[in-house]
Amino acid sequence: MAETAGCARVTGAVQGEKAPSTGASQSPELPERKETVMTARVGQKAPDFTAPAYYKGGFTPIKLSDFAGKWVLLCFYPGDFTFV
Amino acid sequence: MGVEVISVSVDSHFVHKMWNDHELSKMVKGGVPFHMASDQAGNVGRAYGVWDEIQGIELRGRFIIDPDGIIQAMEVLTPPVGRKFAESVRQIQAFQHVRATGGKEATPAGWEPGKITLKPGPDLVGKIWEVWKPDME
Repeated sequence: MAETAGCARVTGAVQGEKAPSTGASQSPELPERKETVMTARVGQKAPDFTAPAYYKGGFTPIKLSDFAGKWVLLCFYPGDFTFV
Repeated sequence: MGVEVISVSVDSHFVHKMWNDHELSKMVKGGVPFHMASDQAGNVGRAYGVWDEIQGIELRGRFIIDPDGIIQAMEVLTPPVGRKFAESVRQIQAFQHVRATGGKEATPAGWEPGKITLKPGPDLVGKIWEVWKPDME
């Protein structure tokens, strides 16, 4: 995964899917809204992804499949500097 | 326990650094010891079913993934209620125990390390009451 340059939005990407195009498109049409499909289920393979990350003072992109062979606790939360 | 922790939110990794430096490092000595990932467009959150389209945030989803990459447990809360870390630890300990026995043992409700496990088989059918009592604590 290339390091995001400048002010580009940094985001994770699911592996095995075509990455959404960024920037160049100036089309006035709204992009087709993708149906939100929940693929994560217990007993099933965890969707692989890459994402920019902060880790112990540095910026280190992560890829879930790089953690194969280890137990992983994956936690989502609403936002930094919020109250809970 | 040998567990890698990854947190994910819609904040950039730059904001993660500021949050760690200015607030979290005051709560946790040495700062956050795990990977804080960024998912501003919600791509990862969608794949895990925790993306809130209306608010543009990720719900409090927690997934335990085993060494084969299989999701063994998941829990999702709405934003105002926080999780209890000890319960995630207990579940990981239970899944690690089951895995270590090659699936020959199962952990009953409320199981914690040191407590009795169950060995499913013909001898145990109808006899669980003899070896295990529910703990309502």
